[in-house]
Amino acid sequence: MSGAHGSTVTRLYVAGNSRIHCISPEVKLVAVFAVVVVGAVTPRTEVAAFSVYVVAAWIVVAMSGIGFARYLRRLSVIVPFVLFALVIPFISGGESVNVAGIALSIDGLWAMWNVLVKAGLGATMSIVLSSTTPVADLLHGLTRLRVPRLLVAIISFMLRYIDVLVEQLGRMRRSMVARGHDPRWLWQVKPIASSAGALFVRSYERGERVHQAMLARGYTGVMPTMASQRAPLNEWVVVMVYPAVCLGVLMLAVV
Amino acid sequence: MHAPDGFLQPSVAVVTAILSLVLLTFALRHAGRELGDRQVPLAGVAAAFIFAAQMVNFPVAAGTTGHLLGGALAAVLLGPWVGMLVVSVVVIVQALLFADGGLTALGYNTLNMAIVTAFGGWATYLAVRKLMPRTSGGVVGAGALAAGVSVVLSAAAFSIEWLFGASAPVAFDTVFGAMVGVHVLIGIGEAVLTGLVLSAVMASRPDLVVGARHLTSDELQAKSRVGMRPFLIGSAVAAVVVGVVISQFAASSPDGLERVAIDQGFAESANDHAFGSSLFSDYATAGVSNETLSLAVAGIAGIAVTLLVGGGVVSASRSARRRQMV
Repeated sequence: MSGAHGSTVTRLYVAGNSRIHCISPEVKLVAVFAVVVVGAVTPRTEVAAFSVYVVAAWIVVAMSGIGFARYLRRLSVIVPFVLFALVIPFISGGESVNVAGIALSIDGLWAMWNVLVKAGLGATMSIVLSSTTPVADLLHGLTRLRVPRLLVAIISFMLRYIDVLVEQLGRMRRSMVARGHDPRWLWQVKPIASSAGALFVRSYERGERVHQAMLARGYTGVMPTMASQRAPLNEWVVVMVYPAVCLGVLMLAVV
Repeated sequence: MHAPDGFLQPSVAVVTAILSLVLLTFALRHAGRELGDRQVPLAGVAAAFIFAAQMVNFPVAAGTTGHLLGGALAAVLLGPWVGMLVVSVVVIVQALLFADGGLTALGYNTLNMAIVTAFGGWATYLAVRKLMPRTSGGVVGAGALAAGVSVVLSAAAFSIEWLFGASAPVAFDTVFGAMVGVHVLIGIGEAVLTGLVLSAVMASRPDLVVGARHLTSDELQAKSRVGMRPFLIGSAVAAVVVGVVISQFAASSPDGLERVAIDQGFAESANDHAFGSSLFSDYATAGVSNETLSLAVAGIAGIAVTLLVGGGVVSASRSARRRQMV
């Protein structure tokens, strides 16, 4: 999690020229969201439907050329919830089955499967989205999807300054370490907290300086919009085949 | 706390998403009124700060580290509306770009991690502030306690959502006991860290802290009579006492992981035939009393969360209006 090797935000994007990379950001956003929603509303007992979703998602990962190793590494963010999911069968009520002498709740096993497959599918889609779309394009996509411009502007400033602040934090930490700082226990926490407080003051003052710089360049409280081309209709049609297939599978499974 | 997709039922996801969207819209408007055209750069950089602060690892005990969550800290530093907005943006970006929290879980993740912590924390801060001396030490103490409480409130809010939209047949009591129990510990850490960060900011730029606007410059200059160390020890003791009280309450039904494991593992398989129907009837009544108790716990927790969060929203909008009139 350190900002030492490359930056936090720009590191997410994996440069490439795949078909997934070339999809317009707003189309990709809608498709990803649609697939995750279809996955989330699918009843947990429809194992066949979930297998289709998972295989389809892996095909998309393969098409994007981001590499399975990188994909799996980024998938590790859901590990805490995987651990929680693994506990569910042991603490759930209802009928149980005996597996190697341990009683596991049947309902709990289904719940575990439910959390694992839905969380995995959602995280996969999110990883594909952020690995194949430069952050700036993603923000344009959000604007074109009519997300309030104010919110998009705040998000874009946040993303712009995360790396700056993480770098600043790194400099503060290095200078502390250079002075013999090596905390191991909670009561040695004060210098780190003070540096976090100092970081807030510096961030706030940076925000004010940025604001003044914006004013100097004619900022009136509204962010200028970049002229950008909307995605053509046929692109929407082609890309939406993916969530449509998922929805079709769901319909087939439920009916 | 970043729940993934499918963790709660779709109905809960939709309801919490609507609630979060409405409050986010209000927050954008309030923050715009408070910050003017500084809103975009200041809120953006503050969101980057919260994100970066969550990456700072603090030592807890040899080898173990923890990190700040920052909901209540943001509320005390920036005011509840801007604080809520900033933490919401962090939660949204984490889901969208870092796969940390599901896209369909954004509704309840925003509610629990941004809205409940910012407004619950702010309401607690205002209440505790009245009991504290009017010095920067008082601000730090009230902020620290508010941060601890806000984490527990967030866990309680999650448990209540679980009651309405559980994805697994785990009893409310179990989830509530485990979530609140664990988060009392996390809350102690959050209180200590928030207090220390706040005291560092109060030492250099007290004028930036929205939660300290009620103090005059003389009061800010005044030396706090309570030192940092006794305060930290005092708040840790208070947190433990609160935790013990809550956990007693939550665990007074015969539940918890161990108990369920015993029930599942032995009672059911071994005693099924021996006691026959009598056990069954016993179990049924036990189930009923369990249910009433869990409903009572849920009700009280729900009232507490709603009161504090609602109180925070009301006082936040009131103070915003007052500032506008001045």
